[in-house]
Amino acid sequence: MQMRDFVVRFAGEGGQGVVTSAEGLAQSSTRVGYHALTFATFPSQILGGPTWTQARISVEPALAPGDDVNVLVAFNKDAYDAHINDVREDGVVIFDSTEFQLEDDGRSFGLPFEDLAKSTGNNRAANMVIMGGLAHLINMPQEHLISFVEERFNRGRDGDAEIIRSNIEALNLGRSHLADSGFSLGDLAPPEQPEYEQLMIKGNDAISIGAIAAGLDFYVGYPISPATTILLYMERNLVGNDRFAYQVSSEIESITTILGAGYAGKRAMTATAGPGVSLMSEGLGLAWMAEIPLVVVDVQRGGPATGLPTKTEQSDLMSCMYPAHGDVRLPIIAVGTVEECFYGAIKALEWAEKYQGPVILMTEMALAERSQNIPKPDLSKVKQAKRDIYTGTNGYLRYAGNELSPMPIPGNPGAYVANGSEHDDMGDTTHLGERHVQMTERRFSKIKLLEEDDYERDQTEQSIAVLPWGGSKGPAQEAYKTLRENGVPVGWYYTVYLNPLPPKMLEELKKKDLVIVPELNYQGQFSSILRSMGVKAESITQYTGLPFKGRTLVEKITEMTNAHLKETVRV
Amino acid sequence: MSKKNPEYDFKWCPGCGDFGVRRALELAMINRMEETGKPMENNVIVAGIGCSGNMVHLLEGNQPYGIHGIHGRSLPIALGVKMAEPSLNVVVVAGDGDFLSIGAEHIGPQAARNLNICAVIMDNGVYGLTKGQSSPTTLEGAITSSTPFGKLESKTHPLELYLTMGVSYIASGFSGQPRPLSQLIQQGMDHSGFSIVHIQSPCTAYNDTFLELKGDLKNGIQPTLWDIPEDHDTSDRAAAHDLLQQGGVPVGVLYNDTDRISLDQNVVNTWEKAQPKTIEQLMGAFEF
Repeated sequence: MQMRDFVVRFAGEGGQGVVTSAEGLAQSSTRVGYHALTFATFPSQILGGPTWTQARISVEPALAPGDDVNVLVAFNKDAYDAHINDVREDGVVIFDSTEFQLEDDGRSFGLPFEDLAKSTGNNRAANMVIMGGLAHLINMPQEHLISFVEERFNRGRDGDAEIIRSNIEALNLGRSHLADSGFSLGDLAPPEQPEYEQLMIKGNDAISIGAIAAGLDFYVGYPISPATTILLYMERNLVGNDRFAYQVSSEIESITTILGAGYAGKRAMTATAGPGVSLMSEGLGLAWMAEIPLVVVDVQRGGPATGLPTKTEQSDLMSCMYPAHGDVRLPIIAVGTVEECFYGAIKALEWAEKYQGPVILMTEMALAERSQNIPKPDLSKVKQAKRDIYTGTNGYLRYAGNELSPMPIPGNPGAYVANGSEHDDMGDTTHLGERHVQMTERRFSKIKLLEEDDYERDQTEQSIAVLPWGGSKGPAQEAYKTLRENGVPVGWYYTVYLNPLPPKMLEELKKKDLVIVPELNYQGQFSSILRSMGVKAESITQYTGLPFKGRTLVEKITEMTNAHLKETVRV
Repeated sequence: MSKKNPEYDFKWCPGCGDFGVRRALELAMINRMEETGKPMENNVIVAGIGCSGNMVHLLEGNQPYGIHGIHGRSLPIALGVKMAEPSLNVVVVAGDGDFLSIGAEHIGPQAARNLNICAVIMDNGVYGLTKGQSSPTTLEGAITSSTPFGKLESKTHPLELYLTMGVSYIASGFSGQPRPLSQLIQQGMDHSGFSIVHIQSPCTAYNDTFLELKGDLKNGIQPTLWDIPEDHDTSDRAAAHDLLQQGGVPVGVLYNDTDRISLDQNVVNTWEKAQPKTIEQLMGAFEF
């Protein structure tokens, strides 16, 4: 039988080409028409340290890194020891035989990557040796890889021809060595080339481009894993007249600087991770209080404090939704796929301008570094974020009334004080109880402007539903497919809008007997918020720094469903 | 606020130095308005928290824009406003507690950037609004509500600090002289870069230094205020440093570096190197 997808894991030390191998494999696979997705996890150091990446190559689109490893490429013995248990029984191990030796176990094959690369005259071609070997294992036609190499290294430079020659030689060497070994995994089904145009892009880059497409004018940030790549992208690309991207000296500067820019009329954004969100909390409260549009992207990592800077987790939901002291509940968009990163950024900017306040776009380490092929976004459908701007004369009461009001822009008539103290309609500080009542209600009323009934639903007649959020969507979706095949009676819901929730979805969820929420944190943060809204929600939690496996979710959801049904019958 | 607002109930105490600073700031903005032809709405006042921050609500006449934000963060808010719209005249008003204690981390970066804004700092050597705690500019050993056995830290010397950090225009003034003070402020606004006008603005409730600042020669009290001599070379950093060794409170322009380029100008200069791409081009880099 032909395989529909397969998973390769590259494990070694930082600097050994572990990362580029997975990305190279993913890229070359997408160019020949497969779907590909990478997963990367790094040590928090510049050189060395155990690192592994994974590429999943499939005939149909996939949204999760894959539970089991078909091929492990081990760059050293430690890596082999750490990962061998994740390799399927019918899987294969390719190890660097210039580094270490293994006893013959019938499924491990030593390949001297470095030596073979050197023999081509190109020391950097070890990746290609591996790629050639992998191509043999799944019977991928060599010409696919050769055309990838020709395209990739044809950069109009003098050495191009030599680099292409040596890389192709490396591909061929890897392939012939594996062929001699007699190992094979079978055939990967031929690709079904999508008819639409595609991008091969990482989550953080998709956020950056989405934000620029939505009309972002102003970006500042402070380096922090795993959000730094957004800062770097903006500094290179959000340039020229009327655009500004800049590194400031702390996350406190980030939030207050974009607040100043939002006040002055710009579409402004920053990106950070958990520690930055903590530092931004007072500034976020100010933006909420003074009604100033801005967007903060939280690329979640493991926490608290410095926590696990290079691992994935979904544990910032509470601190993003309730970041500040006082009565604050911020709009949240939490994306779960690379494609949603693009559209989520657009929506976050649109929301900020629409309700005149801070919006948090939540993503996570596993998405930030994930390379995936996605349909090329149709720019004609992208709306630029728009603000309702005051165009009258001086003497304007900026905060009058119980609802959103047009916002004056400095330099133009309509001067007012944007005030973080409780204020009256002209922005002057007040201590009157009735004014605080009115203004608090005004601020909360604006969130209703953001309600949209946009969510995924399936098997809505079931009394038990699965509702993942963020990046747990991918594994949950795979689990859901298996659960349906197994006849487990569960329905499916998903949205990127965590606050405000799509009102109709919330109504449906309230009618369920049980809503199962897979999420990567200890406390079950989303289910606890849902319970406060009257939904009978329970979490499946995990806090290993890694994404869920689909299999884990199948087991747990089946267990919870059975237990629930049993209970119901007894009653 | 241009007219009395009964809902706003904050008042400066009678005799507060901040009244004089308000007059000086109003004069500077009005003069600037006349000279540049730009309306009052071209000014944005970014206020810190404390008695001095209420300046933004207490300004009379035509109203500028204002932000009354959070404690200590007036400088980075001003960074955002200025870089969003460099044609605006952005002014920070803050006190010694807000600017030199909780907000001190932002002075160095703005100095290094040469952010083109003017900070008007009202120094009364005490936390007034929270009723009399010690601030960075409170004298060492002083008994305050938070230092019952005397202040344990030495007094910060703001002018030396600004000079060391590389602030490109530094002036020192006194709230009791609104007209000359307004000139120092206006010069700071006109300066292309980061300017700080550090003002002695005494607190009549908790740290009344009027007498020692102005002196009382009849009773043998020498004033601590002294005018910076006209022949002081304001472009000479070493000379500025030497002046400060004389002690007391100098009045006038201490340092003025007109050669340095401001952040907004610097950014414009990078546009030659930068190659703005259309969204289609940006996306194209990821096509395959």
